[in-house]
Amino acid sequence: MSSYHLTHLAQLEHEAIFVMREVAAQFERPALLFSGGKDSIVMVRLAQKAFAPARLPFPLLHVDTGHNFPETIAFRDHLVESLGCRLIVRRVEDSIRVGRAQEEKGPNPSRNALQTVTLLDAIEEFRFDACLGGARRDEEKARAKERFFSHRDEFGQWDPKNQRPELWNLFNGRKHPGEHFRVFPLSNWTEMDVWQYIAQEQLEIPSIYFSHRRRAVRRQGVLLADTPFITLLEGEAFEELTVRFRTVGDATCTGAVESTASTLEEIIQEVASARVTERGARADDRRSETAMEDRKKAGYF
Amino acid sequence: MSTDPRYLAMDLLRFTTAGSVDDGKSTLIGRLLYDSKAIFEDQLEAIERATEQRGEDHLNLSLLTDGLRAEREQGITIDVAYRYFATPRRKFIIADTPGHIQYTRNMVTGASTANLAIVLVDARKGVVEQTCRHSFIAALLRIQHLVVAVNKMDLVDWSEDRFNEIVRQYKDFASRLEIPDIRFIPISALHGDNVVDGSANMPWYRGGSLLYTLETVYIGSDLNHVDARFPVQTVIRPNRDEHHDFRGFAGRIAGGVFKPGDEVLALPSGRTSRIKSLSGPSGPLTEAFAPMSIVMTLEDEIDISRGDQIARPNNAPQQTQDIEAMVCWFSDKRLQPGGRYLVRHTTREAKCAVKTVRYKVDINTLHRVPGDSDIGMNDIGRVHLRTAVPLFCDTYARNRATGSFILVDEFSHATLAAGMIVGTSAAERPESGLLEMGGL
Repeated sequence: MSSYHLTHLAQLEHEAIFVMREVAAQFERPALLFSGGKDSIVMVRLAQKAFAPARLPFPLLHVDTGHNFPETIAFRDHLVESLGCRLIVRRVEDSIRVGRAQEEKGPNPSRNALQTVTLLDAIEEFRFDACLGGARRDEEKARAKERFFSHRDEFGQWDPKNQRPELWNLFNGRKHPGEHFRVFPLSNWTEMDVWQYIAQEQLEIPSIYFSHRRRAVRRQGVLLADTPFITLLEGEAFEELTVRFRTVGDATCTGAVESTASTLEEIIQEVASARVTERGARADDRRSETAMEDRKKAGYF
Repeated sequence: MSTDPRYLAMDLLRFTTAGSVDDGKSTLIGRLLYDSKAIFEDQLEAIERATEQRGEDHLNLSLLTDGLRAEREQGITIDVAYRYFATPRRKFIIADTPGHIQYTRNMVTGASTANLAIVLVDARKGVVEQTCRHSFIAALLRIQHLVVAVNKMDLVDWSEDRFNEIVRQYKDFASRLEIPDIRFIPISALHGDNVVDGSANMPWYRGGSLLYTLETVYIGSDLNHVDARFPVQTVIRPNRDEHHDFRGFAGRIAGGVFKPGDEVLALPSGRTSRIKSLSGPSGPLTEAFAPMSIVMTLEDEIDISRGDQIARPNNAPQQTQDIEAMVCWFSDKRLQPGGRYLVRHTTREAKCAVKTVRYKVDINTLHRVPGDSDIGMNDIGRVHLRTAVPLFCDTYARNRATGSFILVDEFSHATLAAGMIVGTSAAERPESGLLEMGGL
């Protein structure tokens, strides 16, 4: 029977494709949340595979914090063009301008939490009933409790204490008007699986994932890049370092790590020997013990 | 681009852990994760900070799995948590299920996708009611491999006699369950004996450690590769010139093997055709088997859509509107005999009614309680369902994917129950007696 054997990475791929097709079948207006980060790049590849030879049956939605690394945006536009798919961009900037959201104060004001406002507004504007996201259960302890099909009420809120049980491969996407689902096909993937898949599929990823020279400042154990959105505190100074990013998000809270890994092979080796989680470099998760849960309840990714 | 061939050759084992309160389950999982380097420094620091803040003496490893605010406040696990770790041989997914609150609901959920279950027994207490309950659920959900980890051996002086006594106790009771592979391992999760490495304290134990067992248990025959079953998820029709006539049926194979050229039967239409092509995530395939997600094209134009099933003319599933099933109830809203629900089975959804509750299972004694049709949260019972359209099903024992279903509330849309198909006959069953797993 050994010929009927799938490696674990193949099993995860088949599972993710099944979940994406379930979304296309069960919902009327899905969208794929696209940040330009590695997980959403893997998501796009899986979506291509799930519906080939047809085009993606849903648009990509990018909630743009405005605090970007330029490399990510260039990469996004290049990818969208090569795929011929539809991209919708909604900006946190605009939510702030019309008074729907308020900029944080402080030396590195993050727009991470503000994305929720823009995201929920976009969901309402386009009447999306399911948003595919690349979140994984291994990322964070609140996410370890997340479902593949995660129900959101009409205010976009997650109720972790009252989730629908999810058994076998039977996903219940039924909902009332105005409610929606977040769907996470990569739930069972780990950071290592994502990197291995990127290597296996030879996926292009933004250059900031690879080692490069960059000016950065150390703040509370996190290396923050020199961007127009950050103000130095007294006693702080930028240093020129050899770094790379393990995650790509709002530039004010996504920390870099010192690294010389300049190929996928080297990144995989680095991940294999890493002793800190990838979100360990995220200042947004360090704000409190249940920072992620609190944001997720409010409607965050 | 090459990658580490060992990593790419790894397979996947999904297991669930069950135990009573204070039997050391969190310690065991913490140790498996820690010793396999799946706990990171920042996670450990976060737990240390939290433990200190709570004024607790010992590092509280349960804080690793109890991620929700309400769980941390109350010191209880509310929901199934999924954890991941890998060794050079295998990648593991742990469905960690809570020991008390909504116990059955969570364990059934965790067990539904598991290849293996670890049941923890406290060496001082031996086989208790909870042990039986956990094992019954594992058997009901057809978990093929069960590891009975006799924990806290340090507290019984590493006694071989005590271990053997527990093995005897357990075997006595388990003879009533249909679990093909049961193993017993004496461990101390706290001290690490027989968890990852062997134990110098128990030289009399000659078997492998728990991790070794998890790494080597053979799971290749757990899936059904005999009965070809392909529930159609969606139809792929590209509106593009270069694929003008393309009509592909997408879905995940639920059983058996399909090859191009095979004669197939489409249900419910009953039409037959031949497979023109099969393709998977990486392109055309010469064969496809469970649990692959594929696209199938046929030689003939047949009306097939979501919820239909493709099988073989000489090996088709049962087509029936009368289902005999065991259900586990998940909702505060009790089962209403005669009540109408939605049933979701493979990719098919239909209205249904619970015609009869045949009996309830007392999961502490494993006895049937005939005449008791009051099925509420965490109860397990045997029912007769009548569906509005035929389902294409096998027994759960034969195929987990085509033998399982969920019941959904038509109005609240909540998932109310999980069901395992026992048969299609609506014949009356004996009304009393000890529950036989074979007759489930």
